[in-house]
Amino acid sequence: MQKRKTIEERVFRILTGVACYSLIGILGYIIFIIFNKGFSSLTLDMVTKLPSGGYYYGGEGGVLNAIVGSLYIAGGATLIAIILGVPAALYINSHLIRYKRTQNTVRYILDSLWGVPSIVYGAFGFTLMIWLGMSASLLAGIITVAFLITPIVIRSFDEALSTIPIGLQEAALSLGSTKSQTAFKVLLKQGFSGLVTAILLAFGRAIGDAASVLFTAGYTDLIPTNLDEPAATLPLSIFFQLSSPIPAVRERAYAAAAILTIIILIISISARYFAKHYSKENIK
Amino acid sequence: MNTLTAKNTDTLMEPRAIRKTKPESAISIKNLNVHAGSHHILNNINLEIPKNKVTVLLGPSGCGKTTLLKSLNKLTDLYKELDVSGSVFIGKDDILNSNHNIPALRQKMGLLSQKPYPLPVSIFKNVAYGLKLKGVKDKKLIAYNVEQKLKEVGLWEEVKDRLHSSADSLSIGQQQRLCLARGLAVKPQIILADEPTSALDPVSSKIIEERFRELKKYYTIVIVTHILRQAQRLADNVVFMHYGKIIEQGTPEAVLKNPQSSQLKEYLVDGF
Ligand SMILES: Nc1ncnc2c1ncn2[C@@H]1O[C@H](COP(=O)(O)OP(=O)(O)OP(=O)(O)O)[C@@H](O)[C@H]1O
Ligand SMILES: [Mg+2]
Repeated sequence: MQKRKTIEERVFRILTGVACYSLIGILGYIIFIIFNKGFSSLTLDMVTKLPSGGYYYGGEGGVLNAIVGSLYIAGGATLIAIILGVPAALYINSHLIRYKRTQNTVRYILDSLWGVPSIVYGAFGFTLMIWLGMSASLLAGIITVAFLITPIVIRSFDEALSTIPIGLQEAALSLGSTKSQTAFKVLLKQGFSGLVTAILLAFGRAIGDAASVLFTAGYTDLIPTNLDEPAATLPLSIFFQLSSPIPAVRERAYAAAAILTIIILIISISARYFAKHYSKENIK
Repeated sequence: MNTLTAKNTDTLMEPRAIRKTKPESAISIKNLNVHAGSHHILNNINLEIPKNKVTVLLGPSGCGKTTLLKSLNKLTDLYKELDVSGSVFIGKDDILNSNHNIPALRQKMGLLSQKPYPLPVSIFKNVAYGLKLKGVKDKKLIAYNVEQKLKEVGLWEEVKDRLHSSADSLSIGQQQRLCLARGLAVKPQIILADEPTSALDPVSSKIIEERFRELKKYYTIVIVTHILRQAQRLADNVVFMHYGKIIEQGTPEAVLKNPQSSQLKEYLVDGF
């Protein structure tokens, strides 16, 4: 009996371990492929220069336009998502706390929005853009991507907030805070590291998404200087280069993918650092 | 004019001796009923909580002690399923039915829960929190108050060198004392404590209990406990509840030594 238990335990451990490590392995392999294929094209020019006229046929230049465009769009959209999402998540966990059914309905709707494919947001943004008489631009891209990621910010921050025991809210209220003070002074701080994770998730989704910006942000070889100018993005840049018949250009697509990965890594690591150092342990 | 005369005769007719001994109420609960769906959690509670005395709420698990305590400062608001009716007078204000400034009324009561819930800020800011809500801006005054309250709960010596580190870094017993200090800082008249020592080790429990014995000189205290000896040591007034009703109340001698109802007799037999 004892022996069977230990065998079962061992089999279970092996199975779960295999599942876990093979996933990590696959991720590692993807990163390896990207860097391996893109490495020779990953030059300084790539990140510091705009594409020249013949760039997509193997000519001079880099993808600075797409890097900057992507940062603009993801940054702008994340900013909007934070401004809308943080109060919304706090509202769900403070004012709505007594209305469990409404709370659940709101969560369900947001979860559904999270699950909507980004091409649908792209189409929606496109319709909205036409309706407003705008053309494909940085602003249209930012707004569309903001639609895409706001539910992500709300729900993942909400998920962190919902684990905060109600006793903490009771404590804050009993000290004389209003519901809004409880939300902004207590819940926000208590859930701060959850908020950082939420922002990170949203930014990652925003910078990596191609479908939502396809019709709305347009594409350009220049860096936009204004909100109503079109903007290039890394995912579309990768797409255009990867569909080229010229091997050198396809190689650059991998280099662009590597740049995108590096950006996400940098953001992720610095966000974690930030979350750790500014979490409640250190708030003075 | 008429009412005035009536009042005057009333006072005149009331014998002096009785008027003197009749204790003043800090909280006056009238016809308090709490339902959750068909579950009648509190059944027509009428209770006077005497001022500057310790009232101990006793009763088997699930009889409604926590719910009663939460009704007193309207924390029942957080739970829509709780349907509350009746009145709870804190002085002249009926907290359940007034559109009065509820946060200000709540500041008249400090709450100590079963588990400490320190705010996600530093030790110092935990105690300063309520003061700042009250609009106190003077930094020196805040610092002075923080020190005083931390001394009052016997925590000052332990934390004076790390006032600005997170309150989470304290032990559970220290956190509970911090929560008490935080509650006292808003200068409440009443302290509501729901099994404040049940999550603590014996030494910390003893410290908290000693604090209560000190504090009862200045505050009205309502405390829920399952520890009968603690009730005996602290109480001026014992209230025994059973299935949402008050069954018996009186001095600890009367209630604990000489129970009348079968429910209380049974509870005491199991408890000691
Ligand atoms: N929000 C709620 N919704 C539904 N029922 C509730 C709610 N809060 C309390 N109750 C019920 O009311 C009854 C009294 O609960 P309460 O927590 O007041 O008991 P208690 O006397 O404090 O018990 P204990 O000694 O175990 O802490 C219990 O039966 C409980 O299930
Ligand atoms: Mg209880």
